[in-house]
Amino acid sequence: MFSEQIELRGHIIDSLLLPKVLDEILNGGGSFTIREIKVGKQQSDPSYACIDVSGPSPEVVDDLVRRLRQHGAEVVEQKAVRLVEAPADGVFPPDFYVTTNQQTFVRYQDKWIVVQPVTMDCAIAVDARTATASTVKFAQVRKGMLIAVGHHGIRVAPLERSTERRSVFEFMGSNVSSEKPKSAVIREVASEIRLARQSGGKILVVAGPGVVHTGAGEHFEKLIEQGYVNLLFAGNALAVHDIESALFGTSLGVYLQRGSLADEGHENHMRAINTIRAAGGIPQAVAAGILRQGIMYQCVKHNVEFVLAGSIRDDGPLPEVITDVVAAQRVMRSKLGGVTMALMMCTMLHSIAVGNLLPAHVKTICVDINPSVVTKLSDRGTFQAIGLVTDIEPFLRELTEFLAQGSAPA
Amino acid sequence: MRELLLCPPDHYGIEYEINPWMHRGQKAVPALARAQWRGLLDTLQALGCQISLIPAQPKLPDMVFTANAGLVAGRKFIRSNFRFRERQGEQKHFEQWFLDHQYEVVRLPAERFFEGEGDALFCGEVLFCGYRFRSDVRAHQLISGILDCLAVSVELVEDRFYHLDTCFCPLTGGDAIWYPRAFDNYAQRAIRAHTRQLVEVAPEEAVHFACNAVVLGQDIVLPEACPRLCAALAERGYRPHPLPMTEFLKAGGACKCLTLFLPQREVTAQALPR
Repeated sequence: MFSEQIELRGHIIDSLLLPKVLDEILNGGGSFTIREIKVGKQQSDPSYACIDVSGPSPEVVDDLVRRLRQHGAEVVEQKAVRLVEAPADGVFPPDFYVTTNQQTFVRYQDKWIVVQPVTMDCAIAVDARTATASTVKFAQVRKGMLIAVGHHGIRVAPLERSTERRSVFEFMGSNVSSEKPKSAVIREVASEIRLARQSGGKILVVAGPGVVHTGAGEHFEKLIEQGYVNLLFAGNALAVHDIESALFGTSLGVYLQRGSLADEGHENHMRAINTIRAAGGIPQAVAAGILRQGIMYQCVKHNVEFVLAGSIRDDGPLPEVITDVVAAQRVMRSKLGGVTMALMMCTMLHSIAVGNLLPAHVKTICVDINPSVVTKLSDRGTFQAIGLVTDIEPFLRELTEFLAQGSAPA
Repeated sequence: MRELLLCPPDHYGIEYEINPWMHRGQKAVPALARAQWRGLLDTLQALGCQISLIPAQPKLPDMVFTANAGLVAGRKFIRSNFRFRERQGEQKHFEQWFLDHQYEVVRLPAERFFEGEGDALFCGEVLFCGYRFRSDVRAHQLISGILDCLAVSVELVEDRFYHLDTCFCPLTGGDAIWYPRAFDNYAQRAIRAHTRQLVEVAPEEAVHFACNAVVLGQDIVLPEACPRLCAALAERGYRPHPLPMTEFLKAGGACKCLTLFLPQREVTAQALPR
């Protein structure tokens, strides 16, 4: 979307200039957001309106603004973004602009240019040569890069709420409660997932080892088999316990089928790690016929990309695990293009970490038995997330059932 | 007793084309124009008006249309900024006349076009202002601020009715004569909302500039060939005085265009108790 800000002053309400201008924007193929409106108190007091005029192309917006000018609209003078060179590698200039997870534009050389990718808690670097703007993390900034400072010449486009269809994201908001009707919500989530796939969007799953411990792994496998997962972000633990269960039938030494402890079961996950390390990695273990089931097996088999990021408490880790957190974050960011939906299950820290990388327009569903996980995710900026407080096993079981019903021929 | 400013048609003629009525090939007949103007002057005087005259200037043929000189409220003269270069030369002569007659002259920023009483008419307490062809809607905001009054801006959409006073004429007590098709829908709604009774002019009379009338209480001086409007006005207790205006219609003007009220409003709203 491209936009200009206009102002209207005078007796714009008595003269019906305000409704006329708004109607003209809509009739001309644009849309508007009223930023500010002040209505005169006395009859002779002037009123004021500040309106963002948006349209699908710069030409539509220019044409609209030209027409609106004859009704008295004044284009708000656009200040250019202020750029300051980064003082050193890894350091932003003081007063650098901190991004949100919403689409952002900077005014540069008399044009609004879009900042890509949309990521929160970054700075904005402008490349003078190509006249492009990008979000940069501390690790990416190099001395001399032009970094946006202050707030002038920077505009954030708020998320547009759909008015056509009341989806789960409208009626749920991000309120967390274990008191909500689960089945109806899961059905809605299923239809959102289907919709995402139909419209060619990528579906990201962020999963913790709880998925395996609770015995929900088999449902997750079905989700992958049915093609509803395009990208998996996890830690070492999910992969380790999934492989442990694939090789030994246990998760953390507990038989998933029986619920009883296996003899010397605590060793199983260490042996699983060793097996994969010996094979050279997960795909190699699949290729060698060592790993023949489970979530990771299905990922390899169905070409689902996965990124495993490490942590200090990891055993092993598995060869695929990226132990440098900055490198892991960079790889995760590089995979996010085209993601329109994120399903976060059973992991607090990984969900928050991924939430920080996601643009706000990515529909995010967080499923956890612990209500505070969803609250934390929202509180740390991923305000678009909706939460579902439930055990993961019944959630995934029901979700795969709904998806299977929906995809069956009518 | 109303005071009016007129300008004799000494240099009047069709010498350029800045509205759809003007055709250089269709000249005004000078003797006839003088006679028609004289007829207007005599009628206004007979109705008790006090007439001031501003001397006509060579090469400014439209100066005869004094309504476009500016807007007078109390002793304030808000001078016009003509849109067309052809008429901009009139500005300094009008400004000087008002200075000479002890008016406070208010100038708008040069880029804000405003064509005086031609596009700004009080109806009741509301100042109706036309825009698009001549005046700039942003000028209206300035004027409402200067006069501290409600200015309702109305968009004119038919180029033959390029000034507000060609399609809208306030009567007494918040009533008005109008030709609705000269306005867009929003303007029509705004006018309906801010007037009391509206007398609609038929298209065949609108083109004779039926709305370009000088309202002096119950007496209404208007161009001839508007019998239906005259009847409608008479029915409401007004006294219509139709006059031949053919030579001025060739330039897109008639009775009202030829007169400027001194002042249109006795006092500016600022002087009125709230």
